[in-house]
Amino acid sequence: MAPQSHLHIPHPSARPGDVPDFSYLALCDAGAVARPASNSPASKIENLAHELVRVLDDEGQAQGEWAPDLTPGVLLEALRQMLLTRVFDARMLNMQRQGKISFYIQSLGEEAVSTGQGMALLPDDMLFPSYRNQGLFIFRGTSLVDMMCQCLSNTRDMCKGRQMPILYHNRKGNVFSLSGNLATQYPQAVGWAMASMIKGENHISAAWVGDGSTSEADFHYALTFAAVYQAPVILNVVNNQWAISTFQGFAGGERRPFSARGLGLGIPGVRVDGNDLLAVYAVTRWAAERARQGGGPTLIELVTYRGGAHSTSDDPTRYRPRDEWAAFPLGDPIKRLKDHLVKNGHWSDEQHASLENTLKQTVTDAWQEAISHGTMNSGPQLDVREMFEDVYDEMPERLARQRDQLLALKGDLS
Amino acid sequence: MSQMNMIRAINSALDIMLGKDPTVIILGEDVGYFGGVFRCTEGLQVKYGEHRVIDAPIAEGGIIGSAIGIGVNGLRPVAEIQFADYIYPGLDQVISELARLRYRSGGEFFSPVTIRTPCGGGIRGGQTHSQSPEALFTHLSGVNTVMPSNPYDAKGLLISAIESDDPVVYFEPKRLYNGPFDGDPDKPAMTWSKHPGGEVPEDYYAIPLGQAALVEQGNDLSIITYGTMVHVAPGRRQTGRRQCRHYRCAFTRSTGCCHTQKVGGENRSLPDRTRGLEIQWLRRGTGCHRAGRVLLPPGSTDRACCRLGNTLPTRL
Repeated sequence: MAPQSHLHIPHPSARPGDVPDFSYLALCDAGAVARPASNSPASKIENLAHELVRVLDDEGQAQGEWAPDLTPGVLLEALRQMLLTRVFDARMLNMQRQGKISFYIQSLGEEAVSTGQGMALLPDDMLFPSYRNQGLFIFRGTSLVDMMCQCLSNTRDMCKGRQMPILYHNRKGNVFSLSGNLATQYPQAVGWAMASMIKGENHISAAWVGDGSTSEADFHYALTFAAVYQAPVILNVVNNQWAISTFQGFAGGERRPFSARGLGLGIPGVRVDGNDLLAVYAVTRWAAERARQGGGPTLIELVTYRGGAHSTSDDPTRYRPRDEWAAFPLGDPIKRLKDHLVKNGHWSDEQHASLENTLKQTVTDAWQEAISHGTMNSGPQLDVREMFEDVYDEMPERLARQRDQLLALKGDLS
Repeated sequence: MSQMNMIRAINSALDIMLGKDPTVIILGEDVGYFGGVFRCTEGLQVKYGEHRVIDAPIAEGGIIGSAIGIGVNGLRPVAEIQFADYIYPGLDQVISELARLRYRSGGEFFSPVTIRTPCGGGIRGGQTHSQSPEALFTHLSGVNTVMPSNPYDAKGLLISAIESDDPVVYFEPKRLYNGPFDGDPDKPAMTWSKHPGGEVPEDYYAIPLGQAALVEQGNDLSIITYGTMVHVAPGRRQTGRRQCRHYRCAFTRSTGCCHTQKVGGENRSLPDRTRGLEIQWLRRGTGCHRAGRVLLPPGSTDRACCRLGNTLPTRL
């Protein structure tokens, strides 16, 4: 019988009840990938899109040319940032389970992405995060109380009750406003970087999407514009293997890595171990250097694993093996950095446990302060007039009329 | 004062704003070296450089998306979408991002993007070069929608749009680029040279957004309209069996129901004789139609309106 075409439906390597199988992930040993000069021509470094840059080996030691020159003090601060993100996430997840907030998204298992990349950029560089980049907000100095108040939609909510929990922004910290619509920030980040060049500044931008969102048209617009104008932007794909229940194969990840998506446009791609803080930092630093020298955009794929559910609205045991994270070959980013610091005599299990307790207390204190500004069910409430503000620079007459009608109605009801 | 058609008036507005404000940039398909398919940006790249008047890839979503980022970084982008019919790939960026950025960020971020786009029928463009999608945008909060009806307004309104810190979608009725059009395709084409709206100051002037203007004063009937139909309206004075001897035609320089209401305020004494005239969807349109049945000869209402509108590709 002659061969026939057939509709290919991608299937993940394991579903609930199956043994986790990550044999599809192409891995490299730590230190195995050479580090080219950051101004290398794109055509000479296409290997970076297919290999996997790793620094920390299984023994917790830094290996190879990508190993960054970071002091133990800086690494301990990175560890603290990651751990704080995880402790914050755990607390907020718990608060959602107790009905104190309506929704939450954790970054469990992906903390090295935000912390490592945040460290590699300068304060004036503009960040266009995805919804799982709370670590970037923390790194750029957003107070935990402000983040909690946003999730509570209370009287101190930076979004004035208009956004779902976790859709933060930080104007002073140069972190852009999160959208609920996926990948829209990608062409915006490219535009921001274009403007930086038009203004003759040397600030760069960086944007993040997940593997699933690479299917969106905005992803492709952004790559084209970034390549055409050689915009100084770092475009990151956080490949955590899962988009809710949709595995990365449905975004086209079965045959080529996401880091190779830009090669046809001449955009260098770098595939990096996203759970290796040292590698994440080094690769991002390299791309930032390249952008600042006029080398244009870089597409970075951060290979990681979504340790928790997509959000508080789904149960991952319905679509993937319960123990899949434990089998993930790139491990847990916090444990890996901790082991590195412990093995080199800069840290200990006791100090780690003590730090974790301190951070838990910090988060508890922040929560107590946050709820003093109101909760979903009690305490002070946002002024209903806020609903009509900020639609335009100045409120049009028709909105003022609607606001007054509502206030009159409220008066009648009370 | 010069005689200008609408293309020259728009070009003059862009020229003035590029010269006056170093943060203004233009981005769009064919806008740079070539000067735009309708010539609205002619000569601007030579004068201001290719970092200010930027040719873009053929990707409307990318043009609007990157323009938002450009605006967030302190510039004032004027993005051109070559035909309003092609704006839809960028609609998510307009609706979900541009319109709501200020709102969702508690007033901390905004992007002062102006999107210019030619619209409307009348150039034998068939169904992909004739659409009038302005109602989609007047339904959005956070974006102002503008459509001029003559060169004088085109220049003053575009300057206001670019200066506004709120985003503006600025529709250019392309049948009016070269002259007014009374709706009869069998008549010889008219030019702006003999029309008072074609008298345009060379220098800077701004017309505030959101205002209406009275074209003719009368007592028997009011017509509320905008854009191309401002010039079609005088030929549509008949209502039922009666010829109206006196009528007033008020047009909204910007579209949108708030502006229509302002016009409506003038007509309170004649509520049953107020009529709206729209080039586009009769139902759920910009709101002019809410004023009443479209004023056209008996039995020909829908057909006559659609000849200029969205749904029927005709010889227009």
